[in-house]
Parts: sequence; structure tokens; C-alpha cells
Amino acid sequence: MNIHVENYTKMFGPQTAVDNISFKVNTGEVLGFLGPNGAGKTTTMQTLTSFLSPTGGNIKVGQYSVLENPEEVTKHIGYLPENNPLYKEMGVIDYLFFVASIYGIPKEKRSERVREMVKTTGLEKEKHKKIGELSKGYQQRVGLAQALIHDPEVLILDEPTTGLDPNQIVEIRELIKKIGKEKTVILSSHILAEVEATCDRILIINDGKIVADGTAGELQKRAQNKEFLKVTIEGGDTNEIYQKLQEIDSVEMVDFAGKQDENAFEVQSKPDMTSKKKIFDMCVSQNWYLTELTPVETKLEDIFQELTMN
Amino acid sequence: MNKIWIIAKRELDTFFNSLMAYITIVLFLGFSGLFTWLYGSDIFMVGEASLETFFQIAYWTLFIFIPALTMRLIAEEKRSGTLELLLTKPVNDWQVVVGKFLSTLLLIFIALLLTLPYYITVANIGNVDHGAVITGYLGLLLMSAAYIGIGIFASSIASNQIVGFLVALFIGIFFHIVFGFLASNFTGGFGEVLHYLSMQTHFESITRGVIDTKDLIYFLSIIFLGLVATEGVLSKRHHTD
Repeated sequence: MNIHVENYTKMFGPQTAVDNISFKVNTGEVLGFLGPNGAGKTTTMQTLTSFLSPTGGNIKVGQYSVLENPEEVTKHIGYLPENNPLYKEMGVIDYLFFVASIYGIPKEKRSERVREMVKTTGLEKEKHKKIGELSKGYQQRVGLAQALIHDPEVLILDEPTTGLDPNQIVEIRELIKKIGKEKTVILSSHILAEVEATCDRILIINDGKIVADGTAGELQKRAQNKEFLKVTIEGGDTNEIYQKLQEIDSVEMVDFAGKQDENAFEVQSKPDMTSKKKIFDMCVSQNWYLTELTPVETKLEDIFQELTMN
Repeated sequence: MNKIWIIAKRELDTFFNSLMAYITIVLFLGFSGLFTWLYGSDIFMVGEASLETFFQIAYWTLFIFIPALTMRLIAEEKRSGTLELLLTKPVNDWQVVVGKFLSTLLLIFIALLLTLPYYITVANIGNVDHGAVITGYLGLLLMSAAYIGIGIFASSIASNQIVGFLVALFIGIFFHIVFGFLASNFTGGFGEVLHYLSMQTHFESITRGVIDTKDLIYFLSIIFLGLVATEGVLSKRHHTD
């Protein structure tokens, strides 16, 4: 099931939370929704799930519009809101039965679905406890189980791994990847490594506007039109090496890297130029020797910061 | 209809799981039993086989207890975020509001059912006006429903349970006392309006054994207004201006 966001705008009083954004998510795609706090991620997700209505534009899930058929939309979406709200006083099984009946799963199929969800999300050992007695990681699984119980075609996860320990994060990510093969998934996060690891495509929004859209590789390529090298040169005086590096015509900037007495530098070249050969030649002519020459890839963190810092 | 019942059932389970239901029922039975049978102008003091004392006591105890039951209905779900989750399921705001309303009314209904032994005992002592007893219970149910409507609205505008309780009590006290009190101080049209707005007027007329459309309209319109206002508060999030 595809998701079409068309010129979607959301205002809260005079404040614009989301400003005229459009994008499309295809079936089987896992879209990572990135942005600093207050960028409009949660608002967009709340509109997608028809909790809020758009001020302008439209959002369509399959052929259903959140404006005209909000109830149809909710039937096809599984949603895990931010902070994973749950009825803490309810038992795990009771809660899943409640959600199953709200989704209109026929009575005779409910226990089978609940059993299946308990298995997929690994709740077997904890299923007889009250939700409030579970650890955060297990509560997160209950949150995922309730979002998946009606086998939705679209899954919307608002920061699904906040507050989990590293092992749990890996497990939840694996689960999302598994689910994402046949469903359309939108996942928001602050954690860039997570988005890189789980998502096919990344959408970065800032101040209610889309600032980047593409695969992790595409975004990297776009941000990396300048060569960036880590260089360590031995056999000479640090300041002299620094001087000589700066004299190379293709070099734009040289910086010290690492500790004081290590002759490690970060060398940034001018746009679309390479300095590798020239650095090597310089070392040969000065009788120095290279111990390291590594191209540094722009990390998603850098792209994110560059796009969202004003 | 089915969805309303699913929501009502979950709420009712919560009442019983959190001991809230048991505490309310025990307190309600304790208070009404004490004053009906043992203390003050009880049945033996009055020397009449009638449940009128009980109805008067219940009229007051329910007025206090209902806000305590309704206070968390929406305020708590708003605070914990479960309201967002619930409203993104295939249910509409109406089904949520009516479901929550019915759950509390059912709990009151159960509490009132448990006072039937009072009726049976009194019926064994002397000649009871059975009609008046039936309409008296009906009056209590209608009055409760009206205060639940007010309480659920109070809960929807409150940021936490305590505020929900106090707002419900504040609105309720106008119907319970203030309008009636003011009515006795005003004459003419205004006095009559105040008299009509007073809960006591309608409750008394119904416990006397008369079911008047005027009274039914009164109770039903308070319930209706309470639910419509609550739905209005919930759907405010959709406003697009």
C-alpha cells in the first residue's frame, strides 16, 4: 500500500508545524524520517494516522484519504506512538485481545492472532504479567504487537527504540527489518545509525520542510563533493609538514588531528580535486614517509548537522 | 454499537482491576446502609415502610462518588498518551465517549442492584409502594447518568484527575444545590427557570412515583449536552484553522 503526502501543511494556531511537504512511500519500502526535535516528525505521523487533520493538502494511504475516510485509513495502519503509551494496569493478553477486537478481528480468529503476535514479538515468557510490570524493552514489544495484530499494510513507528538497551535495540531493528519486507514502514528516529541500518530511504525534515530525500548512499554522495583525507606523515617536523601540506595547490584546508606529537592531519581538497598523488610526491621529495592515507567518508551525522543547523 | 461495548467493557475491567469499583461500591453501600437503617432519621425512626430515606441518602452519596469515578476517564488517557493510540484505531470519538459513559453508568447500576436487599427487607416489614420504589431507582439512575455526563466532560477539559474531580463537582453543585437555592429567592419567570434547572425538583417528582416527560427531558438533555460537549473537546484536535 502506497502513501501519498501531497502539499501537506499543518498549523497550530499561528504556528506552522509542517510547511507544504510532499513525498511518496512505496509498498515494501522502509522510510526513515529524520529531523531535530520539533521539526514536525510526530505531527506528520499523527496526521498520517488520522489523529490530526491537515490544515492544507492531503494524505492518502492506498486509495483512502485521511480527510474523507479516516476510519478506513486507521484499519490499514499499525501505529506505535512516541513514548509507547499503554494501559499499564491491563494484562498483556487482555490488552492484545482488546486491541484485536477494536480492529474488528472476528472472535474465532482473535486467540490465534494474539498467540501469533506473542510469538513474533518474543513475549512468551512475560505474557501473564500486567503491562506495567514489564521492563521497558518488553513494553516496547507489546507496543509493536498491538500495532501488528491486525496485519496492517502500513506501519508507522515514532521513535521505536528510545530507552532500550543496545541488545534490545538490535532485536527491535531486526524485527522491523523482517516486517519491512512486505509492508510499508515509516520510522522516525534521532539515532542516525539506526536509520542507516534499517531504512531503504531517508527523509530529513527541518522546520517543517523536507531538506533531503534519498538513500543513505545518495545523501552521502551529495554531501561529498570534496575529498577528505586523513594523513599521517613521519620523519619530519610537524610544523614543517603542516606548512608543506598547505602549499599543495589542490588543498583547501589542513587541520591537526589526533594528539600533539603525532603527525596526523586532516586534509580537505578543493571541490572536485584530488590531492593523494601530490601528498605522496611531496613526501618522496622531502624524504618523509607516509604511514596513513585514508579517505574519510562523510557520515550521516555530518549531513544531518549541515542540513538542520541554521 | 459493538465498538462502544468493547470500550465500555475495557473501562469496566479497569474499574474492577484497580479496586476503584470495590471501594466505591463498599463505601456507597456502607453510607447508604448506615443512614437508611442505623443512624439519624432512619427507617425505624420514621416508622414507615418506605425507601424514601435511602433515596435521599443515595441522592447525596452518588453526587459525591460519581465525579470520583469519572475524573480519570479522559484526563488520565490524555496524560498517558493512550488516548492518541485509542483514537488512531478504527473507532470514532463518539464511540469512545459513549463507551466510557456507559461503563460508569453500568458500575452505578451494579451498585444500585446491590441495594435490592434493602428493598426486600422493607417490603417484608410493611406495605411498600412498589411503584414509587421502581421510579425511585429510575430517578437515581437518571440522576447518575446526568452527573456522569457532566463528569466525563469535566475530565475531558482537565489536565489531571484531581482537576477533573473538582470541575465535575463544581458544575454539579449548581444543579444539586445552587439553582434550587436561588430559585427560592427569585419570583416570576427567572425563578421558574432556576426551579426547572434544579436537580432536586425533578428527582423529587420522580421518586414520588410520577414519570413526567418534563423530568425525562431534563435528565436526557443534561446527558446529551455533557456527551456532545465532550465529543467537541476531543474533536478540537481536528480543527484546521
